[in-house]
Amino acid sequence: MISLSVNGKWRDVDAPDDKPLLWVLREDLDITGPKFGCGIAACGACTVHVDGEAVRSCSLPAGGAAGKAIVTIEGLGDNSVGGQLHPVQRAWIEEQVPQCGYCQPGFIMATAALLKSKPRPTDQEIDDALTNICRCGTYSALRRAVHRAAALMAGP
Amino acid sequence: MKLTRRKAIVGGVLGAGFIGVGWWFAHERDRLGDRALLHVKPGEAGLNGWVKIARDDTVIVAVPRAEMGQGVHTALAMLVAEEMEARWEQMRVEDPPESVVYRNVEILIDGLPFSPEQTGTIVDMAHWAATKLGGVLGVAATGGSTTVRDAWVPLRTAGAVARELLLQAASRKSGVPAAELVAADGTIRRRDGGVVARFGELVDLVGDLGPMAAPPLKPVSRFKLVGKPLPRLDIPAKVAGAATFGIDVRRPGQVYAAVRHAPTFGGEVASFSVRGGKPKGIEEVVIVPGGIAAIGRSWWEAERFLEQGFAVSWRDGPEPKLDSATLWKRYESLIDGEPALTRTLGAEPAALGGQKLEAIYRAPYLAHTPMEPMNCTALFGGTSLELWMPNQSPTLMRLAGARAAGLSQDEVTVHTTFLGGGFGRRAEVDLVREAVACALQMPGRPVQVLWSREEDIRHDMYRPMALAHWTAFFDKGLVAVHKKQIGQSPTDQFGKRAVGLPGQGKPEGNAVENPPYAFPFYRLDAVVPDGVVPVGFWRSVGHSHTAFFDESFIDEMAHFEQKDPFEYRRALLAQQPRHRAVLDRAAKEAGWGTALPAGTGRGIALRASFGSIVAQVAEVEVKDKTFRVRRVTCAIDCGPLVNPAIVRAQMESGIIYGLSAALFGEITLKDGAVEQSNFTDYDAVRLADAPEMAVHIVDSGARTVGGVGEPGTPPIAPAVANAIFAATGQRLRGLPLKL
Repeated sequence: MISLSVNGKWRDVDAPDDKPLLWVLREDLDITGPKFGCGIAACGACTVHVDGEAVRSCSLPAGGAAGKAIVTIEGLGDNSVGGQLHPVQRAWIEEQVPQCGYCQPGFIMATAALLKSKPRPTDQEIDDALTNICRCGTYSALRRAVHRAAALMAGP
Repeated sequence: MKLTRRKAIVGGVLGAGFIGVGWWFAHERDRLGDRALLHVKPGEAGLNGWVKIARDDTVIVAVPRAEMGQGVHTALAMLVAEEMEARWEQMRVEDPPESVVYRNVEILIDGLPFSPEQTGTIVDMAHWAATKLGGVLGVAATGGSTTVRDAWVPLRTAGAVARELLLQAASRKSGVPAAELVAADGTIRRRDGGVVARFGELVDLVGDLGPMAAPPLKPVSRFKLVGKPLPRLDIPAKVAGAATFGIDVRRPGQVYAAVRHAPTFGGEVASFSVRGGKPKGIEEVVIVPGGIAAIGRSWWEAERFLEQGFAVSWRDGPEPKLDSATLWKRYESLIDGEPALTRTLGAEPAALGGQKLEAIYRAPYLAHTPMEPMNCTALFGGTSLELWMPNQSPTLMRLAGARAAGLSQDEVTVHTTFLGGGFGRRAEVDLVREAVACALQMPGRPVQVLWSREEDIRHDMYRPMALAHWTAFFDKGLVAVHKKQIGQSPTDQFGKRAVGLPGQGKPEGNAVENPPYAFPFYRLDAVVPDGVVPVGFWRSVGHSHTAFFDESFIDEMAHFEQKDPFEYRRALLAQQPRHRAVLDRAAKEAGWGTALPAGTGRGIALRASFGSIVAQVAEVEVKDKTFRVRRVTCAIDCGPLVNPAIVRAQMESGIIYGLSAALFGEITLKDGAVEQSNFTDYDAVRLADAPEMAVHIVDSGARTVGGVGEPGTPPIAPAVANAIFAATGQRLRGLPLKL
């Protein structure tokens, strides 16, 4: 039994300690926002926050996340109707970033973590931090959205 | 045989990116469908086969096309909203049930990857398919960049008819004659402006209003929504993590299957054994076509079981020793092989004296690697089969599902989810066959088959490896060009694989389209080898590698004749004003001819595909043995626009997809198997590698709608190769591009 704090709720999961966090989220907790893309931490589609850090959950044993605060795309902002999305999600809508959309939760989570540590990142810092893969090639809009999110978070 | 829009044809035809099995074709009016086709929920009313309204004022459009990022949900809803005079905010989309009304006609007209010489073949195949396949008529499919081209008239018609119906209903409600009412902003109003009803208030008043004649459609000049960069309908769910992809399907009692396939092409399971007993989470081990699946409560556990608790020995396929070097030698030996197709344009010169320029180009096999690994969820209920999957053709999935389960097609339901990328891969039916093989062993339990990335890369249907031998003959100027091109035909293979059509041995049509240039004499010989490597439709299909061959060679010709490559192309496009305008625009916007720093070069390329014309200029910086694509300027003429923001996004998308292939894409073979396995050795362009991109839309006044999902891909590889030549003098004739 592993005790996990996911999106602000404590959840007990009957899974082996070495089951990757991604699969615990997707299979045991029915949280499907984090996506499976490669299984070897090469593409970033599975990115979630663990204690505020962007982590590729396909390669983190769930046991290693026990007791830590896990946040997925579902818990990043208030996604309910009329709720306030996270500024990164708002920027993603304003810049119309997603195409197929499959990789976007991973990019959004990686961006939110980046902006926490670097509120006004340079293009170079963005390149260094966002090494996820998007096969639709949304990179131009995505870069604009990162800057827009930074501006939204800085406030007027 | 001429295919005209006023002709009813039943046939069996393959389409670009996909297939038509049997072919339903009719007047636009017949494509309106009937409201009875739609699932109408309480509080909703159907207006025709494409449109519903709901009491909460939403307008729901049936979109029988796959949303794989290319924006078709948005584009089709825009066409309906335009004629209906709806507000954009009230539009929604829904996946409709299977019906001939929703079949893609355009894919079978302009999307045909057949060469024009094969029209007789099409007819033959049509008759064959019609008799053999009986009830299969037409195909709902997404591919060949056809969706908007196909929907341009039928969806606007559906919107216009819906509007007329609402005018009648509002007239009934208000007593005002319909002729004195107009639709505007999601309401019906009197001509003087007073609102009679919101659309949602008419839900109960339309039920008995009969079908009506299609009113005339608005001229393009009166469009209010179409042509505007409206926000996409699918984005809010996608940024919330709430969009359901195939891998996200969760049904009661669902189990998961992991799969291993025979490493060699055409191989299968010889025997298998379980080490130390089946773990408690594993319920079944099932032999599937070409592989074996483990089914259990967790995909991760099933995958680990196959990795660690399981031993399988494989029976090799027919070429267990095949490697890439051998295959290239085989292709080189076919340069003078028997062509499956020969075509000439212009008058053949009596003699070819003078000087000769020759070059051989190569393009490797490529995998598609959509971000969402391959998957399909199947539920077998004895006399029913339900499939949930990201797919590009529900018609074909249903057919394959019915055959695999031994059911009639009426007993099979296909639910199309969002696609985490398609690129042609998701037109294939292999996942259905596997999922059904598993589901048959687990009646009443939904089984979600999911592949690891390694299985995806090693068991794709690849873009064909191809070779071209180009020759140009000069005698005081250009007198003739001759191309020999060698490559397998995805069209042929797909037809056999998906529906059992007989092979034609002909080249795939996109790969042999005529060049736009006014060569004094052009000769093409296309050789189509057999091969065990499965090939399929890869974004832009034959255009992708052929554009690299053709647009690299024309650059070499320009250099040979000491001309500027842009001006050289331009001179050969005197009879092609649209092509020329696109080329000019790309060159102008890129600052063609202006000075660049040392070690930097510009390259240009042009390719018309899927009804659109695209030119790109790449700017490349070379340092030591590496290069970086700094900037890409793109111009497109795609005729009338539905959503310019989506057109731009698709051009950028096509550029990045093509650039990933140009920089990294190479599937190689050793011991009959694919050597690559994951993004570590089959990489893709990431943010840091992505060039600055600018897209310019050229309005030539053309009235025919062109596609946008694929045409951005073909020009990028040659544009980059030509830029590297401009920067270094080094001509790269093979993909991926390596200095």
